Amino acid sequence: MTEPLLSVQGLEKHFPVTKGLLQRQVGAVKAVDGVSFDVRKGETLGLVGESGCGKTTTGRLITRLIEPTGGKVIFEGHDITHMSQGKIRPLRRDMQMIFQDPYSSLNPRHTVGAIVGAPFKIQGVHTEQGVKKAVQDILALVGLNPEHYNRYPHEFSGGQRQRIGIARTLALKPKLIIADEPVSALDVSIQAQVVNLLEDLQNELDLTYLVIAHDLSVVRHISDRVAVMYLGKIVELADRKGLYESPMHPYTNALLSAVPIPDPKGKAGRERIRLQGDVPSPLNPPPACRFHTRCWKAQEICKTEEPPLLQLAPGHQVACHFPENAPALAEPEVAAQT
Amino acid sequence: MTAPLDVSGEETKATPEAVLSGVGGPKAIQGRSLGQIAWMRLKKDKVALTGAGVVIFLVLVAIFAPLIVSWFGHPPNEFHQEMIDTMTMRPKGGSGISGDFLFGVEPQNGRDLFSRVVYGARISLLIAFFATLISVLIGTVMGVVAGYFGGWVDTIISRLMDIFLAFPILVFALALVGVLGQFETQLGVKGDSLRILLLIFVIGFFNWGYIARIIRGQTLSLREREFVDAARSLGARGPYILFREILPNLIAPILIYATLLVPANVLFEAALSFLGVGIQPPTATWGAMLSAATKYYTVPHFMIFPGMAIFITVLAFNLFGDGLRDALDPKSSR
Ligand SMILES: Nc1ncnc2c1ncn2[C@@H]1O[C@H](COP(=O)(O)OP(=O)(O)OP(=O)(O)O)[C@@H](O)[C@H]1O
Ligand code: SF4
Ligand SMILES: [Mg+2]
Repeated sequence: MTEPLLSVQGLEKHFPVTKGLLQRQVGAVKAVDGVSFDVRKGETLGLVGESGCGKTTTGRLITRLIEPTGGKVIFEGHDITHMSQGKIRPLRRDMQMIFQDPYSSLNPRHTVGAIVGAPFKIQGVHTEQGVKKAVQDILALVGLNPEHYNRYPHEFSGGQRQRIGIARTLALKPKLIIADEPVSALDVSIQAQVVNLLEDLQNELDLTYLVIAHDLSVVRHISDRVAVMYLGKIVELADRKGLYESPMHPYTNALLSAVPIPDPKGKAGRERIRLQGDVPSPLNPPPACRFHTRCWKAQEICKTEEPPLLQLAPGHQVACHFPENAPALAEPEVAAQT
Repeated sequence: MTAPLDVSGEETKATPEAVLSGVGGPKAIQGRSLGQIAWMRLKKDKVALTGAGVVIFLVLVAIFAPLIVSWFGHPPNEFHQEMIDTMTMRPKGGSGISGDFLFGVEPQNGRDLFSRVVYGARISLLIAFFATLISVLIGTVMGVVAGYFGGWVDTIISRLMDIFLAFPILVFALALVGVLGQFETQLGVKGDSLRILLLIFVIGFFNWGYIARIIRGQTLSLREREFVDAARSLGARGPYILFREILPNLIAPILIYATLLVPANVLFEAALSFLGVGIQPPTATWGAMLSAATKYYTVPHFMIFPGMAIFITVLAFNLFGDGLRDALDPKSSR
């Protein structure tokens, strides 16, 4: 197997919680707590989890917008975990981020031309026929009218704004694009257009994606593999087929049951699972298996022993003491612990 | 829950161009900036436009005061004893208003009130403008630095702001102008120029807290916006983010609060002059005229003209400032 484009190993981010005039630290929000995954060249990895589970934080850690507390980020063979901003700058051309909120990710005082042209300016990249031509080519590529070069973001709809954001990330021809909930702020009718655009661009420009989403339906179509996150940890990681057809983690099952199924035939086979309670606070996450407060399969061991992320089927990792759909061979091992 | 995402459906392949046609007409390719949109809104706001008109008029009056006075009045410090009734010391005929003396004359020495009000505009606006400039400069720098860098820098600047905002400015200004006024030789300037510089400095220096607090808050929220993250993830350095991403978004609040600070400073200067620590006689200022007029309550026009001048100036700036705020930031409804 070739070296992955991006490798994340045991990544952690603990936001300190301070109190009082002296800013004494009284605790930490464990937003990301030991996350590991690889993104291979040319693939799309989906990263899915409920709001607040640390998806954006993971993206911001990889792009080094925030400093990791622990773990490693290796991009194209470079350990960028604690690389200085000066050294990392040239590498940024190869790694771009699409932001969650198309209303806050575009500066209202800049024209579309200035926004999409900013990467050239910041990185000091020279273009053969001038920045304007380059920007207009990219605008056309993402399906925007190149004549709208002089317009301001407020003149566009949400979907168009997200296209502008995508255009900005494409300017420097990156290898990896981290798309943080690229469609969750958009109307359902427009979501599909943007997802299709991302897919077309991937084929055309040979891109690798890490696509973040809060429900499994958005990434189903474009992901090669999917990682499911719960309270700062990855609970299941598998290729698309394995994850959607035989999900092992109870949390994945719950998420999947909430996704309306396009084909009616499959409906009978799946029961809607309603999760009780809210997501616990990452400030004080439950011990051992973090899902045990909401899991209908929870046993004593789930409250005392953290389930490791194990490979139970080829390319299918899961962190649970009592996985579902586990192949027979894995069963005895789990049963022995009961 | 969300509906199923039908990514393979036919209709979703709609060409983006079809979506785009919704924006504006086919001709309106040239974008309109937020500034242009604000200007269009302002043009429709009659009250604000009136305020702006009066402001421009007052500024012209201040600039061309000598010319205006040479046409319509008499030198501001020229005595016209012939206009005064020597028995009562009041202007002959009550006020002395005539084609020759448009606003009448002062009691006792008979100086031309029109000329003095016109010259008063000079002092008043000069001090108010430059004091505002100083406040805005200090306030913006302090606010941006506190909001952008945060941490202990923010803590120190914020405490400083609190101190300045809680300061009994008037009392302190009284003392400071009084004391510094003694050092004519050491400071190398004297008379009116010294007083004007002193007033600009004192008024400007003590008023930055308010604007700094607003700019700090705005910077704090701008810093968290995703377009700043976007610039950083492209490798932008601090100065680029500060000057290209954050500052352009601060121009509107700076303009608004500068316009609203001018009338406050006009009042402040008038108050200091009224209390006798401002510009010294015989130079005409509105505050000093009001102060003198209190002794002649039987001669109402002496108080009415400078009083009206202050009132109109303050009102015009406030109306214009409010209109500017509405035009630049339609979301912040009053
Ligand atoms: N700068 C910060 N300081 C303190 N806590 C933070 C900070 N940023 C994020 N958090 C906390 O970390 C947790 C994870 O946040 P994150 O934004 O990564 O969630 P998310 O999965 O992206 O959620 P969403 O779907 O709402 O975008 C949250 O509990 C959040 O409150
Ligand atoms: S380890 Fe236990 S609590 Fe956690 S998901 Fe599995 S069964 Fe549920
Ligand atoms: Mg997020």
